[in-house]
Amino acid sequence: MAGLERPLAGRIALGDEVWFDAERKLNVTPERRRVGYLPQDYALFPHLTVAGNVRFAGKRQRPDLLERVGIAHLAGARPSRLSGGERQRAALARALAREPRVLLLDEPFGALDAITRQQVRDQLGDLLKTLRLPALVVTHSFDDAVVLAQRIGVLDGGHLVQLAGAAELTDSPATARVAALTGANVLDGTATPLPSGSTIRLTTGGELVSTQRASGPVQIAVQPWELKVCDPASTAVTDRVVSVRDDHGRLLVRLTQFSVQIRPDSNGRPVIAEGQQVGLRAAPEDVRVLVSEDASLSSVR
Amino acid sequence: MTTAAHSGSRNGRDQPLWYGALGRAAVVIGATIVIAVVMAFLLLPIVALFTYQPVHDLIDNFGAKVATDAILVSLKTNAIAFAIMIALGTPFAYLIGRRRFRGRSLVITLVEVPLVMPPAVAGLGLLVAFGRVGLLGHTLTVLGIDLAFTQAAVVLAILFVASPFYLRGAIAAFEGVDSTLLDVAGTLGAGPLRRMLRVAVPLATAGLGAAAALAFARGVGEFGATILFAGSFQGTTQTLPLAVYSLFDANLDQAIAIGVLLITVSVAILLASKLVGSWTSSRLTSPSPGERSSYAQP
Repeated sequence: MAGLERPLAGRIALGDEVWFDAERKLNVTPERRRVGYLPQDYALFPHLTVAGNVRFAGKRQRPDLLERVGIAHLAGARPSRLSGGERQRAALARALAREPRVLLLDEPFGALDAITRQQVRDQLGDLLKTLRLPALVVTHSFDDAVVLAQRIGVLDGGHLVQLAGAAELTDSPATARVAALTGANVLDGTATPLPSGSTIRLTTGGELVSTQRASGPVQIAVQPWELKVCDPASTAVTDRVVSVRDDHGRLLVRLTQFSVQIRPDSNGRPVIAEGQQVGLRAAPEDVRVLVSEDASLSSVR
Repeated sequence: MTTAAHSGSRNGRDQPLWYGALGRAAVVIGATIVIAVVMAFLLLPIVALFTYQPVHDLIDNFGAKVATDAILVSLKTNAIAFAIMIALGTPFAYLIGRRRFRGRSLVITLVEVPLVMPPAVAGLGLLVAFGRVGLLGHTLTVLGIDLAFTQAAVVLAILFVASPFYLRGAIAAFEGVDSTLLDVAGTLGAGPLRRMLRVAVPLATAGLGAAAALAFARGVGEFGATILFAGSFQGTTQTLPLAVYSLFDANLDQAIAIGVLLITVSVAILLASKLVGSWTSSRLTSPSPGERSSYAQP
């Protein structure tokens, strides 16, 4: 999109401005596309001050931009003196000085440690909201995408497999890989149609019922919080608890085949222990039957 | 505790205590001798040149006509050659250093050929290329240009022999510039020329400076190619090294005075390039992103 790589095929346009068109052999150079690009390591010019970096992109001083991203006090500093978050903001100010028509952020938190990452992510989310500029964020983290994006495009094997809001990706993932990205349990099984829905016999043992009709080999997706732990005698699906971890007041239970999110009891104590054999239950409307990978890809193409 | 355990194990060996001490002393003495011999060999000729004549004779000899003429010729020809080398060599090195194309390594190898060529052969080559009877001789004569035995010939000889040092170092310096920075400069609206001048050149300063210093030192000392292609005429083509050679028989004191001058210039260039190198590298060191905030981790 920034014009740094030449795609093999396709077309890139912003509004009525065509930047790339493989058929017409059109490829506008980066300097003539107005893309505000933030690479993974921010790539501030080490030989210029923060203000110098910003001025590189425009023709005049832009103290207002540094103000806007909250680092006006660092205008005279060299990039080597800045923290990760400050660097990101300096790079953002520089990209904005270009007066871009779209922002492109490549792995904006890849270079940050876990704590800085969370702060910077929230700040960046706020900034992007105030900018009123279209922004494209490339990330491997579904959490980052949920915080920053209105729409999330999932790329798998070079293809866009689904483009939707975070809620839609979670509720109706287009493929097993999308479901796995959102953190769902993805399992293989064989479906038998019922009058309303189907029964899925899991290859790992046990049965789940879905409201969706299907037959033959399928994959199903269930979110960790949609699974209920119950008495192993009362259900068709049983599994052994491998580990139990506290995750922000909830319990994240990892079993051999599933991961389940449950609430602790009223005293905050875990209700299950490691090594315990438990039963699992899911409401039929939460058991999503996914079309096989190949079928879904060809439907997107 | 650890010290006790340490000395315990040492006493447990079958060696007397003095054995280790003697061994260490032998190593120290041996190392000192090696270093002293090598350094003495390298420095003794320089010391000899500086101490050959009293300082006031040395200064008098600098003032001799043959010396001042040679200084002027050397200054002028080296300045012109240096300017041409920087003006043409820098964009050339940038292109070769940043682009990937077929035959690139061949180009780099060819650039280095003059480095391994005997200077006298380089002079012959220049003569049969640009001289009156040379490959381009007829064309140049038609254009009214006669290079052989002129000051322009000195400039060409210096350029031919010295600029590969600059080109090689400058190509390496440009190769070392982070591609992302140049990419980003492009997305920020900088065209190819601005990317080179405002980003690549400042970031490659240390390498460019070192390469230019090396080339300059080589150019000032140029002898073989110059004497064959340009001759040794006092006041026009006689540079400092040529003056040393022509004075060698006639006036050894003056020859040595010029030698001292040349050494001083070379050492000054060497020191300057080291200083520039350490200064730029300390100015540009940047810790990896997030490093500063890493202390916040639990």
